[in-house]
Amino acid sequence: MNWLLDNLPQALGLTVEHLYLSLVPTLVGVVVALGLGLAFGNRPRARAIITAVASAIFTIPSLALFVVIPSIIGTQILDPLNVVLALALYSTSLLVRTVFDALDAVAPEVLNAAEALGYSHARRRIFVDLPLAVAPLAAGTRVAAVTNVSLVSVGAVIGVGGLGQLFVSGYQRNYPDQILAGIIVILLVALVFDRVIAVTARLLTPWLHQGASAASGDGKRRRTSPAPAAPAPQGLAASGREAK
Amino acid sequence: MITFESVSKLYPGGTQAVTDLDLQIATGSFTVLVGPSGCGKTTSMRMINRMVAPTGGRVLIDGQDVADIRAVTLRLGIGYVLQNAGLFPHRTVLDNIATVQRLLGLSKAQARTKAHEAMERVGLDASLATRYPAQLSGGQQQRVGVARALAADPPILLMDEPFSAVDPIVRLELQQEVAHLQAEIKKTIVMVTHDIDEALTLGDRIAVLAPGGVLHQYAAPIDILARPATDFVASLVAKDRGFRTLSFETLTGLGTTTLPASGPGGLIDMSALSPGWSVQVNRDSGTAAWIDADGAVFGPHPLVPADASLRTGLDAVLASPTSAALLVDGTGNIGSYFTLADLGPLLRPNEQARA
Repeated sequence: MNWLLDNLPQALGLTVEHLYLSLVPTLVGVVVALGLGLAFGNRPRARAIITAVASAIFTIPSLALFVVIPSIIGTQILDPLNVVLALALYSTSLLVRTVFDALDAVAPEVLNAAEALGYSHARRRIFVDLPLAVAPLAAGTRVAAVTNVSLVSVGAVIGVGGLGQLFVSGYQRNYPDQILAGIIVILLVALVFDRVIAVTARLLTPWLHQGASAASGDGKRRRTSPAPAAPAPQGLAASGREAK
Repeated sequence: MITFESVSKLYPGGTQAVTDLDLQIATGSFTVLVGPSGCGKTTSMRMINRMVAPTGGRVLIDGQDVADIRAVTLRLGIGYVLQNAGLFPHRTVLDNIATVQRLLGLSKAQARTKAHEAMERVGLDASLATRYPAQLSGGQQQRVGVARALAADPPILLMDEPFSAVDPIVRLELQQEVAHLQAEIKKTIVMVTHDIDEALTLGDRIAVLAPGGVLHQYAAPIDILARPATDFVASLVAKDRGFRTLSFETLTGLGTTTLPASGPGGLIDMSALSPGWSVQVNRDSGTAAWIDADGAVFGPHPLVPADASLRTGLDAVLASPTSAALLVDGTGNIGSYFTLADLGPLLRPNEQARA
């Protein structure tokens, strides 16, 4: 703890870098995965290919990806863009399946209704499918965001890793306090991300939080979209990536 | 006028859903497509708004082939009520109802004003406007579904088994409401159901379809009951057929007896009908109570309006302890009664009645 208190400005700088390195890929992942999902969700062939490619990308160890990306896109080895791009790839891969599943979960009768009332396909996708997919999508995004927060630190090995640099220097100098400081701040960042996404999703889905009705009694009450899945334990999300 | 011109639907797997269907649905009529599952009734109806494309023949609305109209444009002009209401779970009741107007380009405020009007029309309490569909009962959801279909005031309304998912009491209520609405707004309604009772109650024309989408009969309800065109139609209406027919017969020509003047306390002495009995009318509730010699009260029993069906009249008599029912004439006057014996001459065999 002492290190953290004595070096607040440095810790703050690293935290900001860490935030940037984990937030940007998460946002990119959400946007790209949504685009892919909305465009190809109902095309089985394209969807199978996308899912297969996503799975393949997800199996590439992060360190390897950090190192390989510069030679592919021609960036400097120390360019933070390498980390951002790699993590964006992981987030997209993780989220594209969530998006497919979330869109599948929209009740067929609702889609039927939209079609019958006169929604064009594109309009329906944006104004019906998308809002109804927010809850499951948010659950996936929480996992992706927390995964990114933990994965950024691996970037420290190639010199770009936000708070991960505390691990490297703490290890090299045999200074456990610095390592502990890194862990604490990363955990805090992950927690904040998780909460922010959860709260945002809640605000975006008021219909899921109205409580059961007073009416009914005929047992025919419509089921709402599935409640957001329980957040994946952060420890699990992080340790799943330890192997990378 | 909606016209089916030798329409067929053959699915790629070889399933013949609709076979050479010719049908003319008059503007302002309430047409019911009825038949067992797999008879192509929903498929046929969905051809009207192009949710299904025929593989043969064509569907015309007022002489124009629907295939020539942009699907979205076509559908915006046709109301649609789904089996399970199909409400958008993420929108409030009001915004669900405002959907079509929003799609038509109205501002949110304008669309909501119209939606409020539509809620009133289908008997939805204004306090439900801000609720989400999940907070409504099945019956309320279906009402919202009807309001949503009607909000944009489309000339055509398609209903896909709209009442099959609600309980019998709510169903009856909704059926009466739709019948009442239709009398007011005179849309061209096409409804699909597998419930022949519902078809007979609501439709002015019924199209009976058999598996494979073969049209067996297209006629008024009374004709479906009285003269089924095929064995298939006959089997569909077999249950209580004679009794149901009475729903379409009137009390015209009914012989009645004048009611004696009422005595103290509004009690009418009915000794002439049945010794010791008297009857008391409750105008507010439109009922009557029968009182026997010992003062025991039987009731309330419904009063029968003069324009009621023979079925209603017979039912009232059968339920009465004196086998008599009081008649309310066209001006609201309760001046006479009739008995089972009076109904006798009206209960003629069907064929004679229509000879």
